[in-house]
Amino acid sequence: MTEMVYGTVSSVREGEPVLPKWWRTVDRWALSCILMLFGVGILLGLAASPPLAERNGFGHFHYVQRQAFFGGLALTAMLLTSMMSPVQVRRVAVIGFLGAFIALLGLPFLGTDFGKGAVRWYSLGFASVQPSEFLKPLFVIVVAWLMAASQEIGGPPGKLWSFGLTVTIVLTLALQPDFGQACLVLFGWGVMWFVAGAPMVLLVGLAGLVGLGGMLAYSNSEHFARRIDGFLNPEVDPTTQLGYATNAIQEGGFFGVGVGEGTVKWSLPDAHTDFIIAVAAEEYGLILVLVIIALYTTVVVRSMMRLIRERDPFIRLAGTGLAAMFGVQAMINMGVAVRLLPAKGMTLPFVSYGGSSLIAGGIALGMLLAFTRTRPQGEIGEILRGRAR
Amino acid sequence: MTRTPLRPLARILQARQKGENPDAIERENLRIRHEQMRDKARVRAEGRLLVMSVMFLVAFAVVGARMGMLAASEPAEPRAHASGASIIASRADITDRHGRILATNMETHSLYAHPQQMIEPLRAARELKAIFPDLDEERMVKDFTDPKRKFLWVKKKISPEQMQAVHDIGEPGLLFGPREMRLYPNGALASHIMGGASFGREGVASAEVIGTAGIEKFFDEELRDPARGGAPLELSIDLSVQAATERVLDSGMRLLNAKGAASVLMDVHTGEVIALASLPDFDPNDRPNPPTKGSPSDSPLFNRAVQGVYELGSTFKIFAAAQAMELGLVRPDTIIDTRPPFKVGGHRIGEFEGHNYGEIPVEEIIIKSSNRGTGKMALAIGIDRQQDFLRKLGFFEPTPLEIVEAAGGKPLLPSRWTDLSSVTISYGHGLSSSPLHLAAAYSAIANGGTLVRPTLLKQQGAQFGERVMSPQVAADSRDMLRKVVSSGTASFGEVPGYHVGGKTGTADKPREHGGGYYKDKVIATFAAMFPAHDPKYVLIVTLDEPVETSGSKPRRTAGWTAVPVAAEMIGRIAPLLGLRPEYDMGEVAEVTLVRQ
Repeated sequence: MTEMVYGTVSSVREGEPVLPKWWRTVDRWALSCILMLFGVGILLGLAASPPLAERNGFGHFHYVQRQAFFGGLALTAMLLTSMMSPVQVRRVAVIGFLGAFIALLGLPFLGTDFGKGAVRWYSLGFASVQPSEFLKPLFVIVVAWLMAASQEIGGPPGKLWSFGLTVTIVLTLALQPDFGQACLVLFGWGVMWFVAGAPMVLLVGLAGLVGLGGMLAYSNSEHFARRIDGFLNPEVDPTTQLGYATNAIQEGGFFGVGVGEGTVKWSLPDAHTDFIIAVAAEEYGLILVLVIIALYTTVVVRSMMRLIRERDPFIRLAGTGLAAMFGVQAMINMGVAVRLLPAKGMTLPFVSYGGSSLIAGGIALGMLLAFTRTRPQGEIGEILRGRAR
Repeated sequence: MTRTPLRPLARILQARQKGENPDAIERENLRIRHEQMRDKARVRAEGRLLVMSVMFLVAFAVVGARMGMLAASEPAEPRAHASGASIIASRADITDRHGRILATNMETHSLYAHPQQMIEPLRAARELKAIFPDLDEERMVKDFTDPKRKFLWVKKKISPEQMQAVHDIGEPGLLFGPREMRLYPNGALASHIMGGASFGREGVASAEVIGTAGIEKFFDEELRDPARGGAPLELSIDLSVQAATERVLDSGMRLLNAKGAASVLMDVHTGEVIALASLPDFDPNDRPNPPTKGSPSDSPLFNRAVQGVYELGSTFKIFAAAQAMELGLVRPDTIIDTRPPFKVGGHRIGEFEGHNYGEIPVEEIIIKSSNRGTGKMALAIGIDRQQDFLRKLGFFEPTPLEIVEAAGGKPLLPSRWTDLSSVTISYGHGLSSSPLHLAAAYSAIANGGTLVRPTLLKQQGAQFGERVMSPQVAADSRDMLRKVVSSGTASFGEVPGYHVGGKTGTADKPREHGGGYYKDKVIATFAAMFPAHDPKYVLIVTLDEPVETSGSKPRRTAGWTAVPVAAEMIGRIAPLLGLRPEYDMGEVAEVTLVRQ
């Protein structure tokens, strides 16, 4: 009692061991969902990747083994990150962001395109690294920091700076070209700006600008126009990836055609990445698809509900940005497969095959978990952190 | 909210008095203000985060629902021609007046390649070359092995046998698409009426067939209209009459060394065109390209019966005579002085081969075909009334026939209509019109004096057009035309049993680049109607540059060229048209005597 009165409580808490404290405060629901998503990813990898392995002359489950290996790395990175305090996360992320940005700028000189027409990768021999995957979550942290700083009295004009940074990164990505990542980055910034209290007038104006830009792109870019026309046309050409995906979902029905019985993985070149949801739908049916959707929804919505209670602007913004980017990427991937959205190649985070995206996803979710941990709010938090009056 | 200053003076002074640091007050106030600001931002962020959560929830729910809908729907058999179904590929048939097919569609196939799906492109190219010798093997090898090519046409139309042969190659990258093509089973028959068709928009699954000329183009929209339900377009043409007409015309043209020929057979009451031929012709299944050099009027594509406008010569004389009778200026037996000299506007009007027919009645003027006689009647009628009459008969406008080429057959009129024009036009010079114009105008005389509009569509009954002359005048005119055949310039036009009436016309051809007329090139025309006492049909036969060489010197007049061809034609087609021959034994014997 005396100790509480005289303000020595913090020292007691500081003595609490790291792991129990982490287990007590972390969002265990979201954590379980993420682990289950990873499990689903391995399960689908077992189904979807043998054709690719066969085509490339590897053992049957070559890609599953790689996925498991990178998955282990990703989970480790996620757990370690989630144990950090928000301030530690911020410091590491800002330094990491600088590194990733330099790596992105260096791509045109040192990167490879693996014959796909866009220079997005560094080849490390045994694996390849895609800097933009790492850049995305780190960028969210930096922007959140800048925006939070702008809310301090006498703080820097962080929103303007963050906008400048966003434009730079979007242009760099668009030059690769990687419009998908560029859109995600822009979207992430927009969400944070929205939560940070963007004026409604500017938001509406921005929406108008995006619409105008879309119309300009439609009338000027044949590639873009073809995508949109293909999307608006009610008839699906059955020989396209989309046609195969639709057919696979229909074949699967509610309970699937059975494990290993699917055929779509043999005809779709991107069965293990962009269209893995079609493989899931065909072999395991609507059930598994709904489970996957529910897992994503739980992670995103639960994180946001926890962030609503968060009083620290930086944590709130960073967490929102990470959750939104994660959710939107999943939504676009699945929306394309069911023709709710125009065709755009985007991986299903934490489920699709891919080393870079797995580890980067692990780091991003680790940071999200770090931000959504229960912690003392408001003045109590400040008192505990020893910053009181 | 009132804004409290960070350093409220009262408290600062108080603090100073107590010896405290006044900066502490400022810091405290700053902290409070910061706290308030954060609270405000947090409240706003709470609302916005809630909105976003709901949006994500809804969006994921929509994706899930859509997945469920897709999973619940039955998978459709993937069909390659699902994408091109928007092209309408049904085109109505065209039939003759008895329902016999003139134009129809045939299911064929197109052949295209997906080089990326090819297994043995080199073998495929070699075997294709063996099936289609006109294909270029090197080019195919280049296209088939080009990694960027995803699609290319190999052949637009192939026969079932060729399709089987290509199928037997067994190359999965060679694919067939259904192709509906337009087929004219009668070949060149009635080619100028049909025109032709070709492919419009083309897709793998189907191609649009569009009309390129003739009635196919004129009724293109109607024929393609899905609401039509495939009901055939019924023409007024009679296929067997058309065939007979073309055969006789063709042999006549060869026999008389003409470079072209045209004929029009028209029902005088309904205006239906029963047969319409123009030679040389073409096969609409393989329509030739328009000529790039030479005169377009020499091309087989040129429709001489409708598009070609010629000075049709003395066939026009009956119009002057009929109008003069209609106006009461003359009667058939009115004597007119046809002796020279007869000068109009400084020009001397002559007769054929310098004849002088003396003082003869109007009837004789038509029978003997006197230029001076009709010229005098034309002067009596006057320019305005003559123009008026010819305009009513349709000589001032293109014919309204239902083929696109009809609009091109615009008559050529004198730029200044002088007395001289009036006189020359009365015997068919100075005004160019198409044989179809002439057929329509003769029909008015033949049917008792009312106008008919020529048409290619089957009619339900007679047209009752505007009256241009009294029944009596029409009957008198027909009598004269009958006498032209029985005892005049068209004596070779007599067909036993069918009482042909008509008028010949031989017009010198004008030089192409101006400067008068050729001496040895004529347009020979015979405008006939049968049976003359109650005409049912009008037949116009026109030969371009005919010459009859059986005599000591070449003969070019219509009486020696167009008339025998027309007589042969009538002898062949009248039974086909269901006309019963009527024999008058005495007259036949007399004519036979004269002939011998």
